[in-house]
Amino acid sequence: MSLLPWIPHLTFAGALLSLAAGTRSATAARVTALGTALVGMVLVAIGAVNFAPTSGLQTLVDVPWIQEMGIRYHLAVDGISLTLVVLTSLAAVAGILFSWTVEERVGEFFALYLLLIGGVYGVFLSADVFLLFVFYEIAIVPKYFLIAGWGSTRREYGAMKLVLYSFAGSSLVLAGVLWTYGAGGADGFSLSALAEAATRLSHIETVVVFGLVFFGFATLAGLFPLHTWAPTGHVAAPTGASMLLAGVVMKLGAYGCLRVALPLFPDGFTAWQPVLGWLAVAGIVYAGLIALVQNDFKFVIGYSSVSHMGFVMLGLATGERAAVGGAVLQMFSHGVIAGLLFAVVGRMVYERTHTRDLTELQALPLHRLIPGAAGVFVIAGLASMGLPGFSGFPAELKILVGVWRVNVWWTVWAGLGVLVAGAFTLRVMQRAFFGQAGTDAAPVAESSSLAPLSLPEKTGAALLLGSTILIGLKPDLLLDWIMPALQSPAFHFAATKGGP
Amino acid sequence: MNAVPWLSLVVFLPWLGALLLWLWPKAPSGAVWTLSLAFSGSTLILGALALSCFDPSQSGYQFVERVPWIRTLGIDYHLGLDGMSLLLVLLTGIVAPLALIASLRRVARTRMLALLFLLLQGCALGVFLALDFFPWFIFWELSLVPAFFLIKVWGGPGAGRAAYTFVVITLAGSAGLLLAFAAIHGATGTMNFVDLARLRAEGELTLRLAEYGGTVPTLIFLGVLAGLAVKAPLFPFHAWMPPTYAEAPTGVTMFLTGVMSKMGVYGFFRILWPLFPGDLRDHSGPLLLLAMGGAILGALAALRQTDLKRMLAYSSLNHVSYCLVALFAAAGAVRGQIAAVEPALAGALVQAFNHGLSASALFFCVGVLEARGGGARGLNDFGGVRVAAPLLSLLCGVALFSSLGLPGLNGFVGEFLVFRGLFALSPWAAVAGTIALLATALFLLTFWQRVFHGSRSGVTAGAFADLDAGERAVLVPLVVLMVLLGVVPGLITGLINPLVTHWAASLPLS
Amino acid sequence: MNADYGELLRALLPEALLVATAFLIVSLDLVWGRGRSREGRLQMAVLMGALGVIAAGVVICQDGVLGFVWDGTLNFDRLAISVRVGVLVLTGLSLLGTLGGRGTDQPAEYVALVLLATIGFLQMAVARNLLMAFLGLELASLSLYVLAGYDRTRPESAEAALKYFLQGGVSAAMLLFGFSLLFGLTGSIEFGEIARALVAQPPTALGAVAIGLILAAFGFKVAVAPFHLWAPDVYQGAPTSSAALIASASKLAGVALFWRLLWSGLGPSSGGAGLGISGPGGWVTMVAAMASASLVLGNIVALVQSNFRRLLAYSAIGHAGGLGLGLLSAGEVGPGPMFYYAATYGLATVGAFGCIAVVERNGRCETLVDLAGLRRRSPLVAGCLAVFILSLAGIPPLAGFFGKFVVFAVALRIDGLGHPAGWVALLAIGMSAVALYYYLLVLKQVWVVEAEVESPSIAVPTMAAWALVATALALLFFGIFPSLLLGLF
Repeated sequence: MSLLPWIPHLTFAGALLSLAAGTRSATAARVTALGTALVGMVLVAIGAVNFAPTSGLQTLVDVPWIQEMGIRYHLAVDGISLTLVVLTSLAAVAGILFSWTVEERVGEFFALYLLLIGGVYGVFLSADVFLLFVFYEIAIVPKYFLIAGWGSTRREYGAMKLVLYSFAGSSLVLAGVLWTYGAGGADGFSLSALAEAATRLSHIETVVVFGLVFFGFATLAGLFPLHTWAPTGHVAAPTGASMLLAGVVMKLGAYGCLRVALPLFPDGFTAWQPVLGWLAVAGIVYAGLIALVQNDFKFVIGYSSVSHMGFVMLGLATGERAAVGGAVLQMFSHGVIAGLLFAVVGRMVYERTHTRDLTELQALPLHRLIPGAAGVFVIAGLASMGLPGFSGFPAELKILVGVWRVNVWWTVWAGLGVLVAGAFTLRVMQRAFFGQAGTDAAPVAESSSLAPLSLPEKTGAALLLGSTILIGLKPDLLLDWIMPALQSPAFHFAATKGGP
Repeated sequence: MNAVPWLSLVVFLPWLGALLLWLWPKAPSGAVWTLSLAFSGSTLILGALALSCFDPSQSGYQFVERVPWIRTLGIDYHLGLDGMSLLLVLLTGIVAPLALIASLRRVARTRMLALLFLLLQGCALGVFLALDFFPWFIFWELSLVPAFFLIKVWGGPGAGRAAYTFVVITLAGSAGLLLAFAAIHGATGTMNFVDLARLRAEGELTLRLAEYGGTVPTLIFLGVLAGLAVKAPLFPFHAWMPPTYAEAPTGVTMFLTGVMSKMGVYGFFRILWPLFPGDLRDHSGPLLLLAMGGAILGALAALRQTDLKRMLAYSSLNHVSYCLVALFAAAGAVRGQIAAVEPALAGALVQAFNHGLSASALFFCVGVLEARGGGARGLNDFGGVRVAAPLLSLLCGVALFSSLGLPGLNGFVGEFLVFRGLFALSPWAAVAGTIALLATALFLLTFWQRVFHGSRSGVTAGAFADLDAGERAVLVPLVVLMVLLGVVPGLITGLINPLVTHWAASLPLS
Repeated sequence: MNADYGELLRALLPEALLVATAFLIVSLDLVWGRGRSREGRLQMAVLMGALGVIAAGVVICQDGVLGFVWDGTLNFDRLAISVRVGVLVLTGLSLLGTLGGRGTDQPAEYVALVLLATIGFLQMAVARNLLMAFLGLELASLSLYVLAGYDRTRPESAEAALKYFLQGGVSAAMLLFGFSLLFGLTGSIEFGEIARALVAQPPTALGAVAIGLILAAFGFKVAVAPFHLWAPDVYQGAPTSSAALIASASKLAGVALFWRLLWSGLGPSSGGAGLGISGPGGWVTMVAAMASASLVLGNIVALVQSNFRRLLAYSAIGHAGGLGLGLLSAGEVGPGPMFYYAATYGLATVGAFGCIAVVERNGRCETLVDLAGLRRRSPLVAGCLAVFILSLAGIPPLAGFFGKFVVFAVALRIDGLGHPAGWVALLAIGMSAVALYYYLLVLKQVWVVEAEVESPSIAVPTMAAWALVATALALLFFGIFPSLLLGLF
C-alpha cells in the first residue's frame, strides 16, 4: 500500500531512462519502457492486494508543499482511484507491447509515453486539487508530441485539436477551482477545504462554478457536444497512444467530474442534472449512429469510444449510487476494451495491410490471413457490445438500474444506444474481417504473406482480454472496492431504496 | 447423486468439446467427427440419466445448483430442472447430434464448424437450465455468436445479410430484455426467476414495480415481451426467420428450428408468464391475435413459396405459433375455463417437442434433395422421387404427415391438445386455427405430391441415389421417434402433466 | 537631512562595483584587445562582466535587508533585494547568452552598456522618491536604446532603436510631467509623504491626469497595451542579447518600480476598498483595463505571427497583462506572486533568446520555419527551448505554471468577482488556453517538422550550453519548489 506513491515518480524516472536508452539502441529503449511499466504494475498489484476497502480516501502521503497557498503534497486512494490505477497499469503494459514496432526515435517515443502514463497515475492518486491539476496538465503536452510526431492521418491537425480542447477544458476547471478558492475563502486546495469554501458561494455562483468545473473535465471525457476532438485525435494518434488516450486519458475527465465536480458542488449538480443526462444520452446515440456509417476502420472505433464514454457520463449524471458505481466499472471496462480495439485496428490490421478503408479490407479474406487478429477482434467486439460474460455487461446493467430510477426516457434512449453499438460493431466486424467469409476466394499472392501475431501482440491481447473476461465473470473484484468508496458522505448520494 | 453438478455438466460438456477442438488446430477429420459427436451426444446420455432419476410429480426444480456469484448485484449461479426444461434438454440431446452429422457432411473446415456448433449447443442448454437472469442472459446472447458465424461462413449466397439481420433484430429484442431486467433489479434487488416468481405470487412484485410510477411497469413487461417475441418468433417479429432459415446450411437450420426457436417459447413459459401473469392476462387478446396471425400467415405464406426451404421456414412459424397461441389463450382464461387450460398448456409443450423433431427431419430431407440437385431446391425442380429413392420418400413422408398432424404420428398429439383447449378458451381462435390447419395440409400435400409423386422430372430425371448410410443415420432415429411418440404419447405427457396441472392451479383468474 | 554617506555607499556598493567593472572592461579592451580576435575580446568582456555581476550579487546577499537608507530616499526591503538579485541573475544569463551568439565588433562597449543598464535596474528596484525613480528609469532606458541599435549590420536594429527611443522619450516626458503634477498636488517627492498627502485630499481631475500619465509610462516600460507598439519591432530588430535583456530584466525592474510607486505612493488613489477612493475611480480599474487589453491583444495577434521574435514580443505583451494582474493583487497580498511571475518569466525569456542566439550563429533565426528540424541540429538547444516555451505557456511542473496559478489565485482571492482583478484573472485563464496554440506551433517546428534543406548541426559553445541548461533546470526547480521564491516575502 505504501509503495503506491512512488509509482508516478518511478514512471517519470523511467521516461528519462528510456530517453537515455534510446540513444544506445531501439531495443534498449523498448525494454526499459516495458520494465518501467511492469514495475508499476507490480507495485499496483501489491497495493491492490493489501487494499482494505473503506468509504473515504486513505491517505498515502501528506506533507506540506507550498505553505503560502495552503497546498499540500497529498496522495490518497480509495476504491475508485485504485480501480483506475489498475486500469492504467494494464493499459501501460499493453500499450508498450503494442508499440514494440515503432522504429523512429524510439527513445523519445517511450519517454513521452511514460511521461503521459506518470501524469495519469498522478491524477488518480492525488487528493489535493492543485496536485491533481498539476498531474493533469503534465499529461497534456506529451499527447501533442506523440500524435504529431508518430501519428498518421492529419496528425498535426489532430494533435493540435486534441491538445487545445484538453487545455481549454483544464482552463475551465482552473477558473472554477480558483473562483471557489478565492470567493469562498478556502484555506488550501485539498478537497475538503474547497468543499467547505464552496458552501460559502452563493447559489448562482455554485451553479456557474459547477458548470465550469464539470464541463471542463467533461471535455476530456468526450461529453457531447465537446467530443469532436476525440475521433480526429484518436485516429491520428499512433496505436499505443490511441490505446492510452481512448482507454485511460478520457477516464481522467470522467474521474475529475466524479472526484471534484460532483462532491464539491452538489447544488450546482442538481441544477445541471437534466442537461447532463440529455447530453450524455445524445452522445451515446449520436456517436453510435456516426460510427455506423464510417468507412475508416479506426474512425468507427474512435466514435465508439465517444459512445461508450457517453454511458459513463450518463451514469454520473444520475447521481445514483448504483449507476455511479456502474459508471466507474464501465470506465475500467471500456478502458481495457478500447485498448484492445485500437490495438487490433492499428497494430494488427493496419501495419500488415496498410489500409483502414473498410471497402478495401472487405475484399481481403482477413479471417484467414490473420485469424488471430480476427479472433481477438471478435471477442473484443462482443465485449464492446456489452455482451454478458464480459466486463461491459455488469457495468451497463448497473448504470441502467440507476438510470431507471431517475428518468425513463434516458433509459429508453440508452437502450437504443446499446442496440446501435451492437449494429456498428457487427458491421465493422463483418466488413473488416469476414468480407470474404463463405467464399473460397484464394488470397491474393502478395497479401498471402501477412505476418502472424507476434509475441508482444499476443501478450498484450491476452492481458487485456483476460481482464475483460475476468471482470465480466467476477465483477465483484472491482465492485467490492468501488461501492464502499461511494458510501463516503462526500458524494452526497441519497439513500437508495430497493436494490444495491 | 446430489454432489455431482449434473446440470453444469450438461451445459459445459459441449463447451469442453469446443475447447478441445480449439486447442487442437491440426485435428484430422476423423478426430473432429469423433470428438464433436461424443461431446454433443453427452447431452442425450446425461438427459436420459436425468430422466431416469426425475420425479415428475414433484413441482419445483430438481438437481438444483445454486451458488452466490456476484454478491454486489445479488446474482447467483443457479441451474435447475423441471419437466419443461427436461423435455427441451432431451430434444436438444436428440436434435443436436443429428444436426451436427448433417452439418459436417461434405463441408470444408469441419473443425471450426464443429467447434462453433458445440458452443451453440452449450448455450442452448444453458438457456434451458439457468434460473437467474445473469447466467441465462449470458447463454441467450452468447448463442448469437456461433449462430452468426455458422450461418454466414457456411451458408448460401445471401447468408451474410441474413445472418446480420438475424443478429441485429435479436439484439434489438435483447436490449429490451436488458432494460426490463435492469428495472426489475432496481426495484427488487434480484433477477432470479424463481425468487421473482415467488414475489409475484405473493403480490410483492407488483408493489415494487409500481414504485416506478407511470407507465414504467408496462414498459418493463413490453421489454421482456420484445426480447422473447423476436426469438420465438412471434408475428410480426418474424421477418428475420425465412431468409435465415433458407440461407443457413442444412444442419444449422435443423438446429435453429429444432432447438433455438424453442428457446423463445421456453422464455415465454419460464419468464414472461410467471413474472407478469396479470399483464399477460390483460393483453391476452391482442397477443392471441398476433400469435394466431403468425400461424395463419405462416401457413398461407408457405403455400405461396416455391423454394422448399422457405416453405418450411414459414411452416415453422406456423407450428411454433401454435405454442404461443395456447399460452396466450390459457393466460387469458376466466374462472369457468380451468378444465381447458391444462390441455392447452400440455399441448403447447408437446407441440414444441414434436415440432422440433419433425421440422429438423423435414429440413434434412430438403437438404438431401438440395445435395442431389446440386443446389436446386425449388418445388418444381423435382418429381417422382418416390420411384427413384423409395426410402427417402418413406421417411420424408412420415415427417411430412407428422408435421401435418396425422393421427398416429406425434404431430397429432400436440395439435389435438392445443385445439381441445382452444375451443373452450377462445372459440374464434380455434376457428381461425382450422383455416391454418387447412392451409398447412395444402402446402404439405403439395410438397408431397409435386416432389415425390408423378414422373421423374427435373433433377430426378438423371441419377438420383437413395439415402446413404450417413443420411439414414440422421433420418431414421427421428422418424422412429415420431412414430413411437404418436403411438405412445404418454411418454411425453407423463413428464409434463403434473407440471401443467400445477401451472393451471396457480393461474390468476379474473 | 542627516545624510549618512557611509551607509549610502555601502548600500550602493553593488552599483559601484558594476561601474568599476564597466570602466575596467573598456579600458582593458583598449589596451589589450587590439589585434585580438573578436571572439577573444568578447569572451574577455563577458567574463569580466559576469564577474562583476557575481560580485555585486554576493554583496547584495551579504548585506541583506537594509530598510530605509539615506533618510528614506532608498528602500532596501525584501522586494528590493530579491529584485536586485533577480536582475543580476538575468543580466548574467543574457551576457552568457551573448557568448553563444554572433558577437559584435565592439564587445567591450556592449558589455559596459549592459552593466550600465543593470545599474539603472538596480536603482529602479530601490527608489523611494520620484527623482530617484526617474533617474534609475532613464539610466536603464537610455542604455537600452543604444543596446537595441547595436547591430550595425542590420537596418532593423537601427529601426528598432529609433522607435524605442522615440516612444521611450515620449513616455519619459509623460512620466516627468506626471511627477511634476504629483509634486504640485502633494508637495513632496517621497512616496510615503505623497500617500499621506493624497489621503488628506479629495480626488481631483489633476490628480487623475497625473496618475494617467504615470500609468502610460508604466505601460510603455512593461509593454502593456495600449503602449506596447514598440515591442514587436524592438524584439525583432534588436540584437538577440539586447532583446533578452529588454524582455527580462527590464520588465522585472519596471514592475518592481511601479509596484512601489503605485502602492506605496499612490495607494490612496488606487480605488481599492478601505484606502481613500473606493470603487472604480481609482487607478486599479485603469490598470485592470490595460491588463485585459494586453492579454487579449497580445495573445490574439501572436496567433498569426510567422516571425518567431515577433511572436515572442506579442507573447510578452500578453504576459505583461499577467504582470499587471500581479500588480493589482499585490496591494492585498504583497509583491510575492508578482515577483515570482516576473522573475520566472524573465528566466524563460532569457533562455528563449539565448536559444535564438545560438541558432543564429549558424544561420538565420527569424521566422518559425527557420527553427524547423532543430531537434536534429542540436538536441540540447531544442530541449532547452522546449522547456522555456512550455514555461511561458504555463505547463506544470515548470515555474511558468505556478507563476500564473498563484497570480490568478490571489487575484480571485481579493474579492472573487467583486474586484476587477477577479475578472482579469478569468480572462487571463481563457487567454492562456488560446496561447497554447502558438506555443505549440513553435514546438512543432522544433520537434516535429523536418527541415526543408539539409542543415548542419549546431555546435553550442560550452558556457552558453551551461547557461541554457542551468536556466532550464532553474525553471523546473522553482516550479516544483515555488516556496523558495514565494517564501522570501
